[in-house]
Amino acid sequence: MTEEYNHLGIVVSGSLTKGIEVRLDGSASVEEMAVGRYVTIQGEKRRFFGMITDISLGVTDERITLSPPPAADRFTAEVLAGTGTFGTLHVLPMLTIGGDTGALIEGPQPVKTVPAHFAEVRLASQQDMETVFGGEDARKFYIGTPLDMETKICLDLPELVKRSNGIFGKSGTGKTFLTRILLIGMLQKSAAVNLVFDMHNEYGWEGSSESKHGKVKGLKQLFPASVAVFTLDEESSKRRKVSTDFVVRIGYDEIEPEDIALLRQTLNLTDIAVEAVYQLARKYGRNWVQSTLDIEDAEELPEGLNIHESTLQNLQRGLNTFRRLPFLTPHSSENVVQRILEYLDRGINVVLEFGRYTDITAYILVANLLSRRIYDQYRSRTEKATAEDSIPPRPLVITIEEAHKFLNPVVANQTIFGTIAREMRKYNVTLLVIDQRPSGIDEEVMSQLGTKITCLLDNERDIDAVLAGVSGRNELKSVLAKLESKQQALIFGHAVPMPVVVKTREYGSAASYKDFGSDEAETQKKTKKDIEELWG
Amino acid sequence: MTELSSRVGEVIEASTVEFVAQCYELYRSPPLGSLVKTADENAEQYGIVYNVTTSSIEPGRRPIARGKDEANEADIYSNSPQLAKLLRTEFSAILVGHRHGAELRYYLPPHPPRIHSFVYQCQSEEVKEFSRAFEFLPMLVGAQLPVPVEEVVAACLRQMSREAEDPHRFLVTAGKELAVLLGNDFNRLKAILGRIRAG
Repeated sequence: MTEEYNHLGIVVSGSLTKGIEVRLDGSASVEEMAVGRYVTIQGEKRRFFGMITDISLGVTDERITLSPPPAADRFTAEVLAGTGTFGTLHVLPMLTIGGDTGALIEGPQPVKTVPAHFAEVRLASQQDMETVFGGEDARKFYIGTPLDMETKICLDLPELVKRSNGIFGKSGTGKTFLTRILLIGMLQKSAAVNLVFDMHNEYGWEGSSESKHGKVKGLKQLFPASVAVFTLDEESSKRRKVSTDFVVRIGYDEIEPEDIALLRQTLNLTDIAVEAVYQLARKYGRNWVQSTLDIEDAEELPEGLNIHESTLQNLQRGLNTFRRLPFLTPHSSENVVQRILEYLDRGINVVLEFGRYTDITAYILVANLLSRRIYDQYRSRTEKATAEDSIPPRPLVITIEEAHKFLNPVVANQTIFGTIAREMRKYNVTLLVIDQRPSGIDEEVMSQLGTKITCLLDNERDIDAVLAGVSGRNELKSVLAKLESKQQALIFGHAVPMPVVVKTREYGSAASYKDFGSDEAETQKKTKKDIEELWG
Repeated sequence: MTELSSRVGEVIEASTVEFVAQCYELYRSPPLGSLVKTADENAEQYGIVYNVTTSSIEPGRRPIARGKDEANEADIYSNSPQLAKLLRTEFSAILVGHRHGAELRYYLPPHPPRIHSFVYQCQSEEVKEFSRAFEFLPMLVGAQLPVPVEEVVAACLRQMSREAEDPHRFLVTAGKELAVLLGNDFNRLKAILGRIRAG
């Protein structure tokens, strides 16, 4: 691609809020443009960096549209291209790069003005992209390439995990692949550890793929030393030949009324039944679930409990669901939370597989129950660390799928995830929410997400929800709606200097595993080095 | 000069924007739209032929039909040799630029050509040089002429394109120039484009 070729046109009008209109030269073909691509605009003193957000066709004389030349008349069309008829790019300016040396050190700054009339517009070069997104280093993790370019777009992961983040996209657009890549990034480049609630057994050992390979390696296969797989369903794990580190059992006595409140919808409980739970828990203490299930008649209810028979029945019907979940036992001797924390403290990422229990009741119950305990532990430890001026616990990222079930406006206030998302990193715990229906997530939670990575969304409400509060959202909307259905994502927020559309890096081939620099490769390299040193 | 141009006539009427020249030979005028030039000691003035007329040398005397008993047209002229002297061919050219020293200027010369200046039809090299820029087009397109301007413009571009290395490229570039000039008059543009496409 020569410099000449990169020339697109000139700025003809625009505003900072609405974006800049660029008139395309006759030589630049409208068909070769694409929303989501980057352009640089050379102003007098600084360079502007922007994204193409819309492409339109214009005419100088309305009569051209009223009596157009016949389609066969290539000559007239050729003459009119760039003169009577022209393409217009709508560019959203995002960053400026100053011309003086001071500005070079500062790096790209958010845009606060627009370039003057007739400033030259070019396609951003590889070098421009590198200036803005930087290269791969100890902090930056290569997540993908911009459209039609080879440059690596890198995310600053230590910065990323400081806030809660979201990955969105319709089903089948590559959310899981993206998450897997991001988890590897966190594992390698950030000081944070991950706790993944893996509803569909995609991350731990082996994931499925729609490509011809059928299967892709999970985290544990690539990084055996730094990933532990916990399972709720030992049988399923064994069948899938997963080497698990721990089988999770949860006692009824660990279930608290708050957990039930969250499950109100999935267990089909009435409001009154949820109220009754609190009463029962007060009365029976830790064993309230078992005790409630043991009650055969409303008349057996102890004195002082004001619970109607139908409410009790409703509650018992709901709680009976627990009996169908084998990982729930009346009493569990193991302290799961403690085990998870032990692993996390050692810097080992924990993936909790759900096996066959992919129904939402199990997922919500377990994820909420465990996260709350872990969060409590983290809170007290962080507070202690602050008081004693010692080292706070390792930052933790909790990954949840189907996030709208936990974070919808009705329950967001009750679940621990709502709290984590809102209180952010005070206690070193953040979320990575994965969801296909972002409109279902509480607005307040959405607004607190630091970086959002979104694959294709086509529901209007979902798009609005994801882009709420982002500057230039109308422009980004058209970009988002035009993403390809695979391997493309729009990233914006805290961890990137400006919104960027990436083609996510490959995952699933042997070469890609090598690129990620898995433990295996590292170990081999190290062994080789050791041998060399030993024998000189 | 004569190597590049061939002399075709003499100026018999001149104004700031155009001149009329009489051809030395009957019917031997440069074709419509061709680039011609006249020269005096100060400058060379370039014009585009926009109108050619052939008429009686005496305004009051109209030619009469003579061929009733002749077999073909050529016989009329050979049987009445005086005809060639009684008729004359004139052409009008609109001034579109001049040369000052070595520099080509695409605007009107400070003085119109003088009467009896020789008029030359520009040859290949000179046409090529002149048509390197299209700055003469505004004057041509904007002119008020007794003939349809579109015809003149189209004829002129067709002729020039024959001398260009890549005639198609030349016409497209010229067309783009016209599209800008006629940005608010698509119909005129279409009329011209339709005529140069064929050429």
